[in-house]
Amino acid sequence: MDFSLSKEHILARNLFKEFAEKEVKPLAIEVDEKHEFPRETVTKMQKYGFMGIPIPKEYGGQGCDPLTYAMCVEELAKVCGTTAVIVSAHTSLCCDPIMTYGTEDQKQKYLVPLTKGEKLGAFGLTEPGAGTDAQGVQTKAVLSDDEKEWILNGSKCFITNGKEADVYIIIAYTDIVEDKKGRKQKKFSAFIVEKGTPGFTFGTKENKMGICGSSTYELIFQDCHIPAENLLGTRGKGFAIAMHTLDGGRIGIAAQALGIAEGALDRTIEYVKERKQFGRSIGAFQNTQFQLANMATQVEAARLLVYQAADAKATKSYYGVEAAKAKLFAAETAMDVTTKCVQLFGGYGYIREYEVERMMRDAKITEIYEGTSEVQRMVISGALLK
Amino acid sequence: MKIVVCIKQVPDTKGGVKFKPDGTLDRGAMLAIMNPDDKAGLEAALRIKDEDPDNTEVTVVTMGLPKADDILREALAMGADKGLLITDRVLGGADTWATSSTIAGALKNMEYDLIITGRQAIDGDTAQVGPQISEHLNIPVISYAEEIKVDRSAMTVTVKRQFDDRYHMLTAKLPCLVTALSELNEPRYMTPGGIFDAYADADRVQVWGRDKLDVADENIGMAGSPTVIAKASDKVPKGKGEVVTPGSPEEAVDYIVGKLTEKHVI
Amino acid sequence: MSLEEYKGVFIYAQQVDNEVSSIALELLGKARDLANDLDNKQVTAVLIGSEVGGLADTLAEYGADRVILVDDPELKEYRTEPYAHALASVINEFKPEIMLVGATAIGRDLGPRVSARVHTGLTADCTQLDIGDFPLQPVEGQEQKHKQLLMTRPAFGGNTIATIACPNFRPQMATVRPGVMQKRAPQSGAKAEIVNYNPGFTPNNCYVTIDKVVKEVSGVANIQDAKVLVSGGRGVGSPENFKILEELAECFKGGMVSCSRAVVDSGWKPKDMQVGQTGKTVRPHVYFAIGISGAIQHAAGMEESDIIIAINKDENAPIFDIADYGIVGDLNKIVPELTKKIKAGQ
Repeated sequence: MDFSLSKEHILARNLFKEFAEKEVKPLAIEVDEKHEFPRETVTKMQKYGFMGIPIPKEYGGQGCDPLTYAMCVEELAKVCGTTAVIVSAHTSLCCDPIMTYGTEDQKQKYLVPLTKGEKLGAFGLTEPGAGTDAQGVQTKAVLSDDEKEWILNGSKCFITNGKEADVYIIIAYTDIVEDKKGRKQKKFSAFIVEKGTPGFTFGTKENKMGICGSSTYELIFQDCHIPAENLLGTRGKGFAIAMHTLDGGRIGIAAQALGIAEGALDRTIEYVKERKQFGRSIGAFQNTQFQLANMATQVEAARLLVYQAADAKATKSYYGVEAAKAKLFAAETAMDVTTKCVQLFGGYGYIREYEVERMMRDAKITEIYEGTSEVQRMVISGALLK
Repeated sequence: MKIVVCIKQVPDTKGGVKFKPDGTLDRGAMLAIMNPDDKAGLEAALRIKDEDPDNTEVTVVTMGLPKADDILREALAMGADKGLLITDRVLGGADTWATSSTIAGALKNMEYDLIITGRQAIDGDTAQVGPQISEHLNIPVISYAEEIKVDRSAMTVTVKRQFDDRYHMLTAKLPCLVTALSELNEPRYMTPGGIFDAYADADRVQVWGRDKLDVADENIGMAGSPTVIAKASDKVPKGKGEVVTPGSPEEAVDYIVGKLTEKHVI
Repeated sequence: MSLEEYKGVFIYAQQVDNEVSSIALELLGKARDLANDLDNKQVTAVLIGSEVGGLADTLAEYGADRVILVDDPELKEYRTEPYAHALASVINEFKPEIMLVGATAIGRDLGPRVSARVHTGLTADCTQLDIGDFPLQPVEGQEQKHKQLLMTRPAFGGNTIATIACPNFRPQMATVRPGVMQKRAPQSGAKAEIVNYNPGFTPNNCYVTIDKVVKEVSGVANIQDAKVLVSGGRGVGSPENFKILEELAECFKGGMVSCSRAVVDSGWKPKDMQVGQTGKTVRPHVYFAIGISGAIQHAAGMEESDIIIAINKDENAPIFDIADYGIVGDLNKIVPELTKKIKAGQ
């Protein structure tokens, strides 16, 4: 067992930390308040290769491992949850499935511009009537008679990077089959859809509690024709592709949750040393000390789970349980730690300028998206009782 | 064009210098970073390389403990081609004179057209090593560069050099040494892939001991240092000052002016 | 090298555009003090330039016994090589015991090059110079040398202080921070011995070409670069009233106005002028806290300043806990008066 980071990882962390402090942190309050997508930051991240960290160099990526990628999301989330999820959704939910399931042509056409930072990616599975239960998906893709095009109809909601992305991975059902008991089952497929394709438009922009700068939109497909070669992976295997993609995505979200918790804790440690009540710093009170001790321990445990999951993604073909555990624990840690941090800040904690309240709002989504905490428990227990 | 950039690993004093409970400086608690002026010098070199990447080679050189390898790898991750670490026990305890003669001793065994150093390091703040290296190599120096441009065909460098109330545009023949201000530019970040590449090939950083240096024994290390520290102390954090309630504004002004004069501010 | 051959205190008499720089006079003042503690009490100013002989009398009035004049057309504008050649040649020829140079943009360029050429140590940016023993206390088995130049300087951005000696090489060379040493009162009519010396100037590869000289005071854009910060809080009263702070800031070279969070929140000043936990951390030589109560969040951004002067009408304001000099009073009366008085003294 070796828990120490390699020199590469330490230096990479320094890079992400410095970038986050200098480029991301100064904008975090404004991004949140104005609900503004941090386009400039994304452009900078694209320039420095942050948008393709775990993708091989031959496809324009940085050729690093999933741990480096997780550390990037973590450091960004320490200062801005919005910026972290932009990278996570782009990398885990769009680049990664194309890398895993795409043909060579698809990789050259879509993956390379994504990793090189020319384009931004998104992923659409969730629908108004289908969240945790994927069978509720209504979006449908039909192959044209000449088999040259798929015609997509339906809508997707709560899509991260929604209106800002250029390339979308869309899950739609392509067939209906009967299972052994004669029940009708939808069979799904995954598609690569480009922004600007006729019939593809945007619906409602969601006004959210947290990660306010991230562009969360409804995607609408009305007789949207996409080339047959944009089918990603095998027809009918879309559900497996989506689930596998989400396994990876959960590592990104777990890293985001970890970063949010760390960011809030770091600020709180600084604050309790300075803030004086009854003639001494509030850090001198045992209640504060014990709370900090608990939080630091939770954060450390979350970090070990997240890094373990990232390592599993690098070394194992199935890492869904590790990812689920990491996301479950990191997300609940983020919510718990940020709530307690706000409390330790007292009145200032409720004020926007001190930022822990934003972290608390940002933390909540990590318990919900890319599989709620309940879904993570289903994944974990499913493996236990198999 | 061969560019050598001299860099130094220093404790990060930004965000506060850390003290131990006994009031002495806690170097261990401060992050070791690439000196900011040196980083600006490296950025200047990389921008020259960007103009003609195939015909420009940037080598970073540092003298220090073996762990100074870290900043050389950082420089590689930013885009430098090669690194050289000068490290040897006999080089320890050097003042600026001995440091500059040692680094010059390495440079004499290297090829260079342009040498860039930072103006000064944030630990020593002396601003001496760059100009002293140039003297040991008998090449021109232009310090405090705010802009650097090279003319590859004429083999000259043109530098905007700031003085107190003016600047000079200076042109020197290559080889030349230029010292860079951190105001010169905004250094680029490393890239994640660059970091992994920097470590992937261990040989991109060469390590030279004393035997590889063209310098006399009496000019290196503590023995080769003309200056000696007589006393070093950490500044004691200041306590509460004085508060006065003057009877009139004139009295208040006299008090302030008196203090400013006492402290040589005016 | 026989150390005994080196005698007297020399200063580099920096001139720019045929005008003696203030630092040269400050060095003369210090040189006089040092010489009084030495066996050889002669103070020599080294004046380098083109047609600058007329400045010798000024140097004499401020304490030079002797002026060594290196006058050559090659020395019209400051350039490293001919000036280094001039000063190094003077050192080799006249063998000073101590050589002081101002830690100005010129001196910090010239000093290292010369020290490397004449092979002696150079201590940069000294804030204190004394004559004393090295080692400071006798050490068994080591000769204690007397009447050594002890050079004290801050390092680590002012967080540590070191005293340095140069016991085995001559001259003992230091650059001295401007504004620290005291000029002497000028003795009008004083005359110095003038020695003309020209080592010959032949341009070589180290001579650079000056393409252009442009005079401009580069504007300090960032409050973190300011030497003096005049910082205002809510107590200033109105955005218009910041004018009195700006006028005070203009009295100082590198002076700028900054402010507290309350001022930014009120929309009086932009965010990039804010000092404090949620603003910028600053460390100027002098920090005026004017009408700033000094909450901990503000203090975090400025308590490392060298000198903190606070003006506030509330004697219980926390700013007085961290100020070096606190004045309880009305800023509207004190600040304009202070500006007037400083201007009158310039």
